[in-house]
Amino acid sequence: MSDAAITVGRGKDTEAEEAQRAIGEKAYGFWIYLMSDAIIFALLFATFAVMSHNTADGLGGHTLFRLPHTIAQTMLLLASSATFGFASIAIAAGQCRRTLAWLSATFLLGLGFVAMEISEFYGMVAAGTGPSRSGFLSAFFTLVATHGTQVSVGLVGIVLLGCEVALRGLNPYVASRLYRLGLFWYFLVMVWIGIFSVVYLPRIL
Amino acid sequence: MLGKLTIDALPFYSGIVMGGALITVFGALAVVALITWLRQWRYLWTEWLTSLDHKKIGIMYVTLALIMLVRGFIDAMMMRIQQAVALDSHGYLSADHFHQIYTSHATIMVFFVAMPFLVGLFNVVVPQQIGARRMAFPFMNSVSLWLTGSGAALVLISLVIGKFSAAGWSAYPPYSEAAFSPGVGVDYWIWAILVSGVGSMLIGINFLVTIVKRRAPGMRLMMMPLFTWAALCTSILMLFAFPALIVAAALLGLDRYFGMHFFTNGDGGNIMNYINLFWMWGHPEIYILLLPAFGVYSEVVATFSGKQLFGYESLVYATAAIPVLLFGVWLHHFFTMGASPDVNAFFGRIAPLVAVPTGVTIFDWLFTMYRGRVQYSVPMLFTLGFIVTFIIGGMTGVLLAVAPVAVMHNTTFLVAHFHNMMIPGALFGYLAGYQYWFPKASGFRLAEHWGRWAFWALIVGFYLAFVPLYILGFMGMPQRVERYYVADWQPYLIVAEFGALFILCGISFLAIQLVVSIRDRAALAVSTGDPWNGRTLEWATASPPAVYNFAVAPHVHGIDAWWAMKQAGRSGNRAIRFHDMIMPDNSSAGVVLGAMSFVFGFAMVWQIWWLAAVGGLGIFAAMLSQTLRDPAVHRIPASEVEAIENRRSSATEVEAIENRRIQVHTLAPGVPT
Repeated sequence: MSDAAITVGRGKDTEAEEAQRAIGEKAYGFWIYLMSDAIIFALLFATFAVMSHNTADGLGGHTLFRLPHTIAQTMLLLASSATFGFASIAIAAGQCRRTLAWLSATFLLGLGFVAMEISEFYGMVAAGTGPSRSGFLSAFFTLVATHGTQVSVGLVGIVLLGCEVALRGLNPYVASRLYRLGLFWYFLVMVWIGIFSVVYLPRIL
Repeated sequence: MLGKLTIDALPFYSGIVMGGALITVFGALAVVALITWLRQWRYLWTEWLTSLDHKKIGIMYVTLALIMLVRGFIDAMMMRIQQAVALDSHGYLSADHFHQIYTSHATIMVFFVAMPFLVGLFNVVVPQQIGARRMAFPFMNSVSLWLTGSGAALVLISLVIGKFSAAGWSAYPPYSEAAFSPGVGVDYWIWAILVSGVGSMLIGINFLVTIVKRRAPGMRLMMMPLFTWAALCTSILMLFAFPALIVAAALLGLDRYFGMHFFTNGDGGNIMNYINLFWMWGHPEIYILLLPAFGVYSEVVATFSGKQLFGYESLVYATAAIPVLLFGVWLHHFFTMGASPDVNAFFGRIAPLVAVPTGVTIFDWLFTMYRGRVQYSVPMLFTLGFIVTFIIGGMTGVLLAVAPVAVMHNTTFLVAHFHNMMIPGALFGYLAGYQYWFPKASGFRLAEHWGRWAFWALIVGFYLAFVPLYILGFMGMPQRVERYYVADWQPYLIVAEFGALFILCGISFLAIQLVVSIRDRAALAVSTGDPWNGRTLEWATASPPAVYNFAVAPHVHGIDAWWAMKQAGRSGNRAIRFHDMIMPDNSSAGVVLGAMSFVFGFAMVWQIWWLAAVGGLGIFAAMLSQTLRDPAVHRIPASEVEAIENRRSSATEVEAIENRRIQVHTLAPGVPT
């Protein structure tokens, strides 16, 4: 580690310097949090892999999953990561209204994704293939719902930070919160790519 | 309205449980009454509970650990008494009650004694060792504390309302599943683990960021004190390992609450998956508990030998290698559970490798003492006791890691082995750290006399309590039996019971030591801030340190930075000019969040859904109140900093001479001067 990375204590702190430093530390801490979250998902993936054949004489993924539905979900989420990217550009340029517009688009796409997931779950539970039917379905519902819950948390975050942007404008604190929310959002999109390829695709193709 | 909660949850079914419940309730009421009588609520609230000062948070962590140590030890005594008397009889505990005690003893000792103790020491010491003014995330630190506290409160209240889990601290399915444990006990365990587990993950993030980002100018990674290294490696372990525990406990909860089939016998459940997940956390957890103790020993050995640590770099590499190896050895906790020979062979070969870096650390400590001027202070006694005793534990561990002799798994040999790791390995380290850094946190030393008594009682008690269990393991006694029919076992169990009595004396001496030291605090005062002639930066601050730790950030050029400053005559130099300090404001959101997670956990245990919603919303609101707000800070003006520093240096001059005299007399009675 170079000395340049060591930034403590030039003696005199100003509020602005202290705040700038805190923002940098929060970004770093958030990356580390995402790493822990990634481990949680990795373990859920491993659990799913272990249990993927434990259908207890019930239905497997081949009959339960529908390709168009899953593809549509994937497209919604991928599109939302693009709109969040445009929001980030607007944030960097300090444009409040464009930020809000792109955040709204992200929110709607994310909401669509969650709604589709809920409708898929609802259909499966109504057909008697809920999470308590077999070990396979327990693992499926838990992995996918953990992702869906985190996407919902992200949606709440978009609403809250959107309100903040609307009320207070883009100050450095709000921008840093939006940066971390963006990291979270892209992370969840990547996890979904994993879910799509490990959970759905092998059972549909 | 009240979910599963009825009047039957109160312990009218057993006099012993009722007694325990009454002690818990009256203990809590007595504390509340005392604080009210002393009119200290406002002080407690503004100065402690809502504080974001890492030193105060650290002291509160250690206080929690010491209180829970008493509770966990009472559990241990009750089990020892039961096993001493339960030959051909039921003893005085029912089987169910014995297994609850068994579970709560281990759960409390691991999650609510060892974890808060080590995190408390980190909090007091690490920021000062790296020359930082505060933690990277002071509010998150407070949240972690109160999450740990609310987890502990869930375990405590399970004694009063309902029952605790009887499924062992590892809660193996299928016994921990709803089909075999239909009560709320396992749910209490799950929620206590989840709530405090999240706290531990946050701690890991906080210390990792603080150590990486907030070191003093010039302090490279390879200049950090060993205790800070231990904190860094422990934080990384927490970040990697705790997700596994959280997943294991959460999936078990899904089985119990929603009838899922992760770990059930039928319908596609897979019991081994739980055991893998649990030990993926469980084995690293052992070193989460041990590495901080190793860090303490390194500091103590260097200070009380008056020498730089021998082989600093090899100690660092050993400390860092242990976490890497650990993630390849978890399976040795269940060699007997039917994995294929190839799998067992792989883990059987990796497991003993951990002994290599551990051995390196032991030799480094020995060589540090070699030709050093060793002072037999209380922290040093604990360290020496550890070195001798831990080697026995390490060798029995290698024995257990050899797959072909796995017949000793699940015997009292195993119980003796891991207590051999946890008591001399971890607890002695924390106690050494407690004795060593107490003057740093409080401004006065602990009375040496009672510390020595405590040490001797604890180490004699340890051998008396656990050597019989090693022998009983060879004789084939399984762990966790509440009664037995083999008369040959009883004499050993009675000896073990006497050992527990010695440990009781040791804990009592620690309590007496604390009381006596507070009484005599004027005579034991150390306002120089450096009572042991220390080597690392935490001794550069005042005792107790000012809220900002360092008025002027120290510049570091090598290891043992404070020692180098003293040698260069720069220890007493005062800043010409002081600057304003910017420090975080206190926040009540952490306490509220902890209280609300307790409400949430309690409601989930009893399935009182409306109350769970209240708790959940409370957690959300508390979090929001802090995160959607720009960091609240206040400015300590330079004039105030100067006043604080001036007070300190005038006190230092008066007491420096006095202290040197005391040191010669109390620290090194055997050393010719």
